Amino acid sequence: MEEVDVEPTITNIPAISDGKHMGFAWGPGDILVYETRYKASGASGSGCSFIHEIRKDEDIYSPILRKLFNESHHIFVGLQTIREDLPSKSKKPQFVSISKNYRSVIRACMEELQQVAGNTFENMLLLVSILLAIELIWNLCEVLFIDAAPAGSLLLHLLDWVRLHKADVDEKAREVLQSESPAEHRDYWDVVVSYVLQGRLEEVRQMLVKQANLQPAARSMYKQMDTLLSKMPFYNPGGTQTLTEFDVKWRHWHEEVDRCLQDNSFASNRHLELICKILLGDEDTLLDHKELLGTWYHFLVTRLLFCHPTVKLTELHYYAQSCMTMFLDSRSVPEPLDNILLAAFEFDIHQYCFHCEHVPIPSNGNKPFCPLNVCVMGSVVCLCVYLCFRFLQDYCAKGTFSDLDLIDNLGPAMLLSDRLTFLGKYREFHKLYGEKRFREAAKLLLSLMTAKIAPQSFWMTLLTDALPLLEQKEVIFTADQTYELMFCLEELTSSLNITASSTDRPMQEEDVEVTKVELLRLALARNLAQAIVKEGTVEI
Amino acid sequence: MESINAKYVSQKISKTKWRPVSHSDLQLPEIFATGSWDNEDNRISIWSIGSNLSTGMEDGFEGDPQLLCEHKHDGDVLDLQFLDQDRIVTASSTGAVTIFRHHQNSQTISVSQLWARAHRYPCDNAPCTGVVCSSPEIVTVGEDGRIVVFRADQEGVVRVIENADSSTIHAVTYLRTTEILTVNSIGQLKLWDFRQQSNSPSQILSLSGDRVPLHCVDRHPNQQHIVATGGQDGMLCVWDVRQGNTPFSLMEAHTAEMWEVHFHPTNPDHLFTCSEDGSLLHWETSSHSDMPSFLQGGRNSSMVSRSAMAPAGGKQPLISAWLSGDSSKGRLETTHMLPSQTLSVNSLDVLGPCLVCGTDGEAIFVNRQVPV
Repeated sequence: MEEVDVEPTITNIPAISDGKHMGFAWGPGDILVYETRYKASGASGSGCSFIHEIRKDEDIYSPILRKLFNESHHIFVGLQTIREDLPSKSKKPQFVSISKNYRSVIRACMEELQQVAGNTFENMLLLVSILLAIELIWNLCEVLFIDAAPAGSLLLHLLDWVRLHKADVDEKAREVLQSESPAEHRDYWDVVVSYVLQGRLEEVRQMLVKQANLQPAARSMYKQMDTLLSKMPFYNPGGTQTLTEFDVKWRHWHEEVDRCLQDNSFASNRHLELICKILLGDEDTLLDHKELLGTWYHFLVTRLLFCHPTVKLTELHYYAQSCMTMFLDSRSVPEPLDNILLAAFEFDIHQYCFHCEHVPIPSNGNKPFCPLNVCVMGSVVCLCVYLCFRFLQDYCAKGTFSDLDLIDNLGPAMLLSDRLTFLGKYREFHKLYGEKRFREAAKLLLSLMTAKIAPQSFWMTLLTDALPLLEQKEVIFTADQTYELMFCLEELTSSLNITASSTDRPMQEEDVEVTKVELLRLALARNLAQAIVKEGTVEI
Repeated sequence: MESINAKYVSQKISKTKWRPVSHSDLQLPEIFATGSWDNEDNRISIWSIGSNLSTGMEDGFEGDPQLLCEHKHDGDVLDLQFLDQDRIVTASSTGAVTIFRHHQNSQTISVSQLWARAHRYPCDNAPCTGVVCSSPEIVTVGEDGRIVVFRADQEGVVRVIENADSSTIHAVTYLRTTEILTVNSIGQLKLWDFRQQSNSPSQILSLSGDRVPLHCVDRHPNQQHIVATGGQDGMLCVWDVRQGNTPFSLMEAHTAEMWEVHFHPTNPDHLFTCSEDGSLLHWETSSHSDMPSFLQGGRNSSMVSRSAMAPAGGKQPLISAWLSGDSSKGRLETTHMLPSQTLSVNSLDVLGPCLVCGTDGEAIFVNRQVPV
C-alpha cells in the first residue's frame, strides 16, 4: 500500500522563545523538550531551567474508539481462521455475516459518539462524519464484492443501501404525519416524492390516500395512480419467478405507466404527473429533484430502479460514471468520497484504495484520524486478496473458476497484489485458449512462470495446461520457448525432490506425479524436435 | 458456546472475580469486579449481569454486563479478591495493597484502607503480585520476595516473612487456614505454616530440570493436598503436596504462558485455565472414582505424564492404576470456552454455572451456562 502523505502537525511551545534551539527526549507517552543555549549565530545565549512536557490531549473519545479498534481487530482475526476445508460457496454467507457484524460495530460506535456531547462539538462531528462515510463505503463493498449479488437481487441490495443511508426522509415524514392536516403540510409532496425516489411505494400509497380524501373530485385519478403503484413488480430472489419472467412483467408495467402519461391521465394534477414521470425513470425529472436525491449514488440507484432493475454487477460502472457526471454541476468537483464510491462501482479496487488513503484528512491541529481510515481500507484489500487465494484453490480442486465475472472485471485492481495479477492473467490465458489464439496463449502461459508471477505451487498445473498445446499437430511453442518450459520443469522437480519423498505420501500419489512428469518430458522433447526442424527448414 | 457474550470495555482487564454469593447455593452470581492494567489511569470496576433468569431462557442481550461503578486505581491491578460482600482487596504494581469499599446503596466505591508500601526494595517500590484473604486476614506476596500478613481494620503489618524467596513470588493461595502456598519464578511451590515462628517454608516442591516460572496456583476445594499450577510454558501441573516433591502429572495445556488456573469451587472435577495464547480451556474428568483422572496418572491423549512415585499408602487406587499400566479409568476432556482466538486471556473466575474472563483485547466474556 502506498504511504500516506500527510503534513505533520506543528505545535508551538509558547514558553520557549523564538529562534531558540530545542533539545528533546522521548518518554513513554510524551516528549520532554527544553531550551538549549545553542544559537545559530553569535554568542551562545543564556539557558533556561525549565523542562516542558508535551503529551496528546486527553481524548474523550478514546474509550469509544478503543472499543471500535478492539472489536474490529477481533472480527478480522476471526476472518483469518475461517475453516479452510469448506468450499468457497459456503464461506460466502460467513463473509456476509462477518461484514454485517463489522458494520454493526461501526454503527454502534457512531451512536455512542453521537451521545457524547461536549465542548469539542466540531471534533465529534468530524469523527462521526468520517465513521458514517466508512460505514457507507463498507456497506457498498459488502453488496458489490462480498455478497456479489446476481442481477435482480443486486438492485434490491442497492436499494436497501440507499434507504439505510438516507434516514432524513422518515424524520420529515413523521413531522408531516404528526401535523394537523398532513396533506396540506408544505413538505407533504417532498415526502411523497422522496418515497417514490427510494422505491418505497407502500408508503407513497398510504400518503396519497390522505390527499385523495381531500380532493373527492379527483378520486378516480388517485385511484389510477394507486393501481399503478401497487402493480409495480419487485424481484423476489426467493420466489419461483425467473429473472426473465420478472423482466417481462416489469416491461409490461413500464409500458402501462407510459401509456398513462401519453394519455394525459394525470395532466390536470402536476404532482401525480411528476410521480408518473419518475416511475418511468425520466432523467430530466429525476435531475430536477437533486435536493431530494441528495447524492449522485441515490440518483444512480433510482435511475436503475425505474429503467433497468435487472442490472448486473458488471454493468454498474457504465451507469455509475454517467450518473455522477449528470448529477454533479459542471462547476463542482467530485469529493473524495465520491471518487471512492465510483471506484467501488467500477470494481477499481486499486483506485478505490488509492483514493481512500489520499483523503485529505481535515486536521484541526492535533487530531489526525488517518489510522482509522487506513486500517479499515487495508482490511478491504486483505479481504480481496484472501478471496482471490480462495478462487485459485477452488480452481485447482474443481477445474473451473467460480464467479468468473468478478475476475474478468478486476481491471487495474490486478496490479494491487501478485496474486490478483496472476489470477487475472491466468484467466486471460484460458480466454485466449478458448478463442483458439494458441500462440498468444502459449506465450502468456510461459511468461507466467518465467516472470515468476505464478506461485511455484501452481506450476504443475500450468505445465499440465501446456500439454494440449504441445500435442497439437502444428508447432505452437518455439524451440526457445520449449527450452524454457523444460527449464521450469526441471526447477520444479528438483525443488520437489529436495522436500524429500516422505514416507507418509501414499504410493499412488507419487506414481501419478511421476507419470505426469514423464508425460511432460516426452511431450516437450517431441515438441522441441518438431520446432527445431520447422525453424531450421528453409523454403526453397 | 453460543451463550458466551463479549463486552468491549476500553480497558485491558488484568483481573476479574465474582462477588461471593451469600447463603443458599441456589443463588446465582450476579456481580463481578474487574481490574485493569497498562492504562495511564487504571481502575477497578464493578459490574452486574442483571437479574437472574432460569437457565431455560434465551440469554441474548440480557446477560450483557452493566457497569455499576468504578474507581481510579494507582498502578496496574495485579490481583483482586473479595474480602467480603462489600470490600475488595487489590494488589498494585506500585507495591500498594488497597481495600476498596463498595457502597451498594449509592453504587459508589471508596478507598477504605491503604498500605502504600507493602512491598518494596530498599530504595524503590516492588509490585505486589498476589493477594489472598480470609477475612479479616490478608496475605500478600510481591516481587520483593516477601510475604506480608495484614488484618483489615488494623493499620500496621501483622507479620512479615522477609526473604521468603530470592525470586519473584507470583501467586499465593491458602492450603489450610494456617498454611499458604506460594509459587515463584524459579518454578518452586513453597508451603508456609503460620503456626511456626521460623521464616522458612515447611516444604518446597519443584519440577526437576528446567526452572520454568510458575504464574498461578489453585487448591482442590475438597481434597486439600491436591494443587494445580500453571507456568510460563503453558503446562498444567497437578501436585500432591503430601507425597514427594515433584508434580504428579503434567499436561500440555497452552502454547503460551498460563495466567490462571481454577478448580470449580463446587464441582472440582472441572478445572479452568486461561493463557496468553488467547484461549480459555475447560478441563473435565468423567472418571467414576472420586479421584480425578489427572491424579490417576493414566495415559490419555492430552496428557504427557512423567511421574512415577512409590506408593505412600496402599489405600488409593491411583498409584496402582498408574503402576498396573492399564489405561486410565477416567477420561479427560478439554473444551475451548471462547468462540475464537482473542488476545491474551489474563484472568478468569467461575462460580456455579457462571464464568467470567477478561482479555488484553479489552473485552469481558461472560458465560452463564457453563456445563458443570
